[in-house]
Amino acid sequence: MHAGGISIWFFVGLSLLVNGILIFGAGIWEFVHPPADPVVLFHLHANVWWGALLLILGSIYCVKFAPGRKT
Amino acid sequence: MIAAVAMTVPMTLVHLSTVDIAIIVFYFGLVLTIGTYLRGQSRTGEDFFMAGREMTAWIAGLSFLSANLGSLELMGWAAAAYQYGILATHWYWIGAIPAMLFLGIVMMPFYYISKTHSVPGYLKLRFGEPSRALSAVSFALMTVLMSGINMYSMALVLKVVLGWDIHFSIWVSSATVAVYVALGGLRSAIFNEVLQFILIWAGALLIPILGLVEAGGWSNLRLQIARNASAEYTHLWSTLGNFKDNPMGIHWTGIVFGLGAILSFGYWTTDFLVVQRVLSAKDLRAAKMAPIIGAAFKMLVPFIVILPGLLGLAVLPVKLTGETAALATGGHSYNEVLPLMLARYCGPGLLGLGITALIAGFMSGMAGNVSAFTTVWTYDIYRALLKKNESDAHYVAMGRWCTVLGVLISVCTAYLVMSFASIMDYVQALFSFFIAPLFGTVILGMLWKRATGPGGFWGLLAGTLSSISMWAWVKVDPAALRYVALSANARDMAENMYRALWSWIVCVVVTIAVSYLTKPRSDAELNGLVYGVTAIPHEAEVPVYHRPAFWATVVAVLFVAANILFW
Repeated sequence: MHAGGISIWFFVGLSLLVNGILIFGAGIWEFVHPPADPVVLFHLHANVWWGALLLILGSIYCVKFAPGRKT
Repeated sequence: MIAAVAMTVPMTLVHLSTVDIAIIVFYFGLVLTIGTYLRGQSRTGEDFFMAGREMTAWIAGLSFLSANLGSLELMGWAAAAYQYGILATHWYWIGAIPAMLFLGIVMMPFYYISKTHSVPGYLKLRFGEPSRALSAVSFALMTVLMSGINMYSMALVLKVVLGWDIHFSIWVSSATVAVYVALGGLRSAIFNEVLQFILIWAGALLIPILGLVEAGGWSNLRLQIARNASAEYTHLWSTLGNFKDNPMGIHWTGIVFGLGAILSFGYWTTDFLVVQRVLSAKDLRAAKMAPIIGAAFKMLVPFIVILPGLLGLAVLPVKLTGETAALATGGHSYNEVLPLMLARYCGPGLLGLGITALIAGFMSGMAGNVSAFTTVWTYDIYRALLKKNESDAHYVAMGRWCTVLGVLISVCTAYLVMSFASIMDYVQALFSFFIAPLFGTVILGMLWKRATGPGGFWGLLAGTLSSISMWAWVKVDPAALRYVALSANARDMAENMYRALWSWIVCVVVTIAVSYLTKPRSDAELNGLVYGVTAIPHEAEVPVYHRPAFWATVVAVLFVAANILFW
């Protein structure tokens, strides 16, 4: 559904994109500077790949449902 | 007692980094932006209260489910899974899926064709003003109580997990919801619910994934639970033959007939909080598909709610207890299992997203309650009983002010709830007071054309009063449990199931008896309201894979398979 030209899915994409950037960035920082008291399964670097996943999904939704673009 | 726990917690479970704070602040900014942006889209009553009736099946379906994913869903059922094991899944599967499919396939045509704006509105069309007034008042009462519970639960979690001041959390979150719902009405609530639904999954999905990695898969998880708790904790049905054989103290008849047949159908088919989302669909097919889409996702919710609770049994190094014991020993309570799992696996960024998921759940539940309360108050109480002939703009203005008023009442309720010992049992009791009898009235109204106005009203009143009476009876004399719940060994959950069942039966029996004693309405008057005298559009021209009945069958087959798999 669109509201005056902006799809709800664009807002969803924007949210995923911003969260993905922040989480991915935090993950890279931790990868370079490992914390003294890491979480369980830290070696899997969940914030890196989860952040990257959100970033990619968010980017796709932002482009696909960008305001003014016909979907 | 719970409040006392919150006030005496010596330290917080987690500490947020700058990135976590940024994610939470961004979330609050985005929901307020959406509300502000949608203000111009909500000028008429149809826009403000029904979102213009232009939602697609996907939007309405996700919103339908998200409105139910409140604080009690996320926190309460994760805690219940730790306490009772996989039995808590019944509230997601048999306690939801059949009812959601029934709503989509059988009931939605009558709600939609009648063009009602609410469930009490349908009762007005079918049974007359007294039935509407009774259900509207009881719904409004239940809704603000639920909203207050939601709000208090959120504030408590933020206090325990983050150390945030409980009053600050209540006022900031409630003010945010008030602003975006008052500005954009149901459209804004639905938009944000879809966003919140996605964020809940994005924030909560990592816990079961990483938990299963740590536990070594489902088979190893079951072995660890059997060692730490009991093998009964991982069986859905095989322990329900006797009240004493399972941690919940319940019999399969209570689950099937009390929960699956009455409470579940009552909630998912007549609680206007969820039904309102489906009524906003753009056409009948979308309205029928929305609950089916909701049902498909509902089947997956245990993965992010129940599984973390079970994982807590296996991998947490500490033993969680009830609130009283946690307070006495300085340990952690069942209610903290989800935040504990979050803190266990989630570092900077992920932690912020997880906390955002919790806050999103709380806010979607609160917004759902507030928007439903606003509609019922404005249309079914204010316009029906107080001011009948005002302009559309007047009712929209009333809706905006009522949103703020509803939030304020919810805040007051949140402070009242602090004195109750068990939030979950309290909510279950509320459901059985109002929801179970209402389902009896609505279903007879839709499927039995002989039901009359007086029959509907007296049946609803008798069912509600009988439920309250049974609850009071057990409170005064606990020995009465053996009559209400059929066993002295039954626990609170079981009592609620059976009380719902009896109150529904009372409602149906009284409705039928009074209906036979009073004059029925003609078929012409019931057109569009009752099965058998309503022409429902055929779907013969639509391909099979586009038909709601096809997808309902697919979901039903998966539902049966899942129950057998975890038997």
